[in-house]
Amino acid sequence: MSMSSDQPAAIPARIDHPVKRVFKEFVEDRVAVLGLALFVIVAVIAIAAPWLAPQDPYALAQLDIMDGGLPPGEQSFGTGQTYWLGTDTQGRDMLSAIMYGLRISLVVAFVSLGIAISIGVIVGVAAAYFGGRFDAFVMRIVDLQLSFPAILIALILLALFGRGVDKVILALVIVQWAYYARTVRSSAIVERRKDYIDAARCLALSHRRIMFRHLLPNCVPPLIVVATVQIAQAIALEATLSFLGVGVPITEPSLGLLIANGYDYLLSGRYWISLFPGIALVLTIIGLNLVGDRLRDVLNPRLQK
Amino acid sequence: MIVYLIRRFGQSLLAIAAMAVLVFLGVYAIGNPVDVLINPEATQAEIAATTERLGLDKPLYEQFGIFVVNMFQGDLGTSFVFGRPAMDVILDRLPATMELAMVALILSVGIGVPLGVWAGLRPDSIAGRTIMGGSILGFSLPNFWQGMLLILVFAVLLGWLPAGGRGTTTEFLGMQVSFLTLDGLSHMILPAINLALFKMSLIIRLTRANTREVVLQDYVKFARAKGISSRRVVMVHILKNIMIPVITIIGLELGSMVAFAIVTETVFAWPGMGKLLIDSINLLDRPVIVAYLMLTVLIIVSINLFVDILYSILDPRVRLSEMKG
Amino acid sequence: MSKLLEITDLSTHFFTRDGVARAIDNVSLSVDRGEILGLVGESGSGKSVTGFSILGLVDPPGRVVSGQILFDGQDLVKGGERLMRSLRGRRIAMIFQDPMMTLNPVLRIDTQMVETVLAHEKVSRSKALERSREALVAVGISAPDERLQSYPHQFSGGMRQRVAIAIALLHKPDLIIADEPTTALDVTIQAQILSEVQQLCANSGTALIWITHDLAVVSGLADRLAVMYAGRIIEEGPTADLISAPMHPYTKGLIESVPKGKQHGALLTQIKGMTPSLLKLPSGCKFNPRCPRADAACQTEPDLDPVIGTDRHVRCIHPHAEAGA
Repeated sequence: MSMSSDQPAAIPARIDHPVKRVFKEFVEDRVAVLGLALFVIVAVIAIAAPWLAPQDPYALAQLDIMDGGLPPGEQSFGTGQTYWLGTDTQGRDMLSAIMYGLRISLVVAFVSLGIAISIGVIVGVAAAYFGGRFDAFVMRIVDLQLSFPAILIALILLALFGRGVDKVILALVIVQWAYYARTVRSSAIVERRKDYIDAARCLALSHRRIMFRHLLPNCVPPLIVVATVQIAQAIALEATLSFLGVGVPITEPSLGLLIANGYDYLLSGRYWISLFPGIALVLTIIGLNLVGDRLRDVLNPRLQK
Repeated sequence: MIVYLIRRFGQSLLAIAAMAVLVFLGVYAIGNPVDVLINPEATQAEIAATTERLGLDKPLYEQFGIFVVNMFQGDLGTSFVFGRPAMDVILDRLPATMELAMVALILSVGIGVPLGVWAGLRPDSIAGRTIMGGSILGFSLPNFWQGMLLILVFAVLLGWLPAGGRGTTTEFLGMQVSFLTLDGLSHMILPAINLALFKMSLIIRLTRANTREVVLQDYVKFARAKGISSRRVVMVHILKNIMIPVITIIGLELGSMVAFAIVTETVFAWPGMGKLLIDSINLLDRPVIVAYLMLTVLIIVSINLFVDILYSILDPRVRLSEMKG
Repeated sequence: MSKLLEITDLSTHFFTRDGVARAIDNVSLSVDRGEILGLVGESGSGKSVTGFSILGLVDPPGRVVSGQILFDGQDLVKGGERLMRSLRGRRIAMIFQDPMMTLNPVLRIDTQMVETVLAHEKVSRSKALERSREALVAVGISAPDERLQSYPHQFSGGMRQRVAIAIALLHKPDLIIADEPTTALDVTIQAQILSEVQQLCANSGTALIWITHDLAVVSGLADRLAVMYAGRIIEEGPTADLISAPMHPYTKGLIESVPKGKQHGALLTQIKGMTPSLLKLPSGCKFNPRCPRADAACQTEPDLDPVIGTDRHVRCIHPHAEAGA
């Protein structure tokens, strides 16, 4: 027992399961719970878009050019359905387009997240475990890459690759893996220095077993925090790239592309074509950032009271 | 210190070299460089001449040698669109981008650091929470959309400020700048805010986190126990400690501001090199893309080098250990 | 004349998420001019919080909730920040536990010393520098001019603590609160610092509150001892009496757990059980769950009562007899 604290040291050490503790502390912050709720709603809408949307925005047969550019709340000239968020110039229901766009935005972000985390975890743990030249080499690459802004790298890659959902995912993976590799490596290396890892090596446990059974679990909390922030960044980055015209193709418009399409009409007063997709995008990102923000506080051992 | 500088300088050169190799591979090795580097509308004779000049018929390593030699001479090809050396085209646009980035940086630091310190000193106060909430918002608004909102509100609805362009420029230190004329300034406000907001949020969060850690340190309590004013505790003891990580981030963010200017310039039709890059991508003006890339790499690497040196000047611990090492 | 420092019924509580931690509760203490008081207790007993309460340096969520701290006739609890700041460093100084943490790592020693002088006296910088130099010499630091221009990390732990002591002595305060200032140091350095502080205080007539968990260290130094347990003072009296004949079972246990030369080979006794949580203190006497003498009467908490015919106080219903049997 330490004899040196100047704060009241005898606050009881709760013996809750860590996941339970994190959950309990997380829900104490109402704003964070709101963020989580926001994100869950957004995710449900994205998954259920084909069933929820009033219209299939890409079935051209359903579009009526007569309905083009209607402001929010107007009714269709043909079917009489109400366009709650208005229509774009081709008569597409914006609400439906947003639901489908959300779907594409989230798919791109989460698929790239999954791949980038996998690569980052493997590289990061291996670097921490093997150390030496391999570590130095890998971290040089990571540092080099991270010293350049993500948007620049992604933009250049897509300028080379051309448009496409798969290409955007690839670019996001290339941009993001380094964050995860660095995060995982720095947590793993702290654990690597502990004696029991050497003991495990003496027992001739396989490299893979030590790396993934012993080192990896310690990297999970910071990884969760970085992943929450990065997924929000990925969604924003994809939207930005699509807005700049190097992202997803016109046939599969994400929120970013919807916003870009409406940009031209913004100055002429048809604000809804790009305003509402933007709100959907921002709500998604805010939700994730609020969750990430709280998780960072809850999972940071230094700030625990 | 000199050893450190030399080593650090070497690292920077290495980074530039690595990027040069990647750019070279991207342009020359993937796909047909003739397509990439020669205007699609060029005549057969022009193609032959350029092939000759760039050595595209030679082996790859020789091509790389030519690429490097040309690069050192500032020759990164001729723009298809402008018919001028790509580097010249880029350099023409450089001042506009740098001006925008600098103003945005000053805004984000000048507002972000005080707000962050404030929120860090009083994390549970209403002001502290409001600042943090605002920073999450600023952090979450994608740059391009936030820029569009600015235009919608201040240019379209209120009509207070122009929606795009650079306005009247004057010559300052041999460059065309906007900030010296009223018209230029009015054109600059929205893009500068647009570019600054995200970084400002980042700086607020970073400053707040650092402040919260520093105020818990014994030396802050000791400083208070010495009876010095709380103003001095904050302005000297706390600020000097948090400035070290903050300056590192600010430096790195200046580099990313140059990159993010791509978005801002596109939204606000600001005639900088970022907008040029997007135009060039759309028009397949590849020599300009290559030139932009190499120049930006050079800028970012130089900034990183500068920040590292500044960092070692600010933090006595680093300075000494590096001097010995 | 009244005592230099008289604390009456002082309570400082920490309002944490898990409840109110009564870090100190109804503590009464007094220190005479030139007197050395040893404040002894385990971690969490409230001894450091007592020190910080005197200086008004309790950080949130902690707060002095009631009581009186009379320093030279002025009530520090009611006095407010303005009064506190004029006293801190000038008439009451503090030395912290970990010398590695008390000096600001990014400021030079001269800056940290000169600001202390200038906080309370309107003198020129060179004059303040001269005072700082003298203070360093007084605590046995050689080559003071060179030292003044160094950064803290260039010093050893013992040297840093000397600098901290020199800072505390700059204004020849009436009272120094030393919070375990030797705990983090090597044993040989500990002894040096201990005797030097004793000498310096004797020379200048400075009163000293020496906070420690180490009874052995303080028994050779202090005129009087006060033992704290669970935020209360449980026994108080002249050092020799208290050591030779402890009356509170906790004090007795504490003394018996210190190894002594002549007991070579004998078993050391220890106090069973653990320090109680400040959030969930036992009812009645706070020591009763661990006390070998506890019975039903101990369910009501005793006061810190004077022991008739002595200069001592004890908070116990079944104290050991004064003869020490």
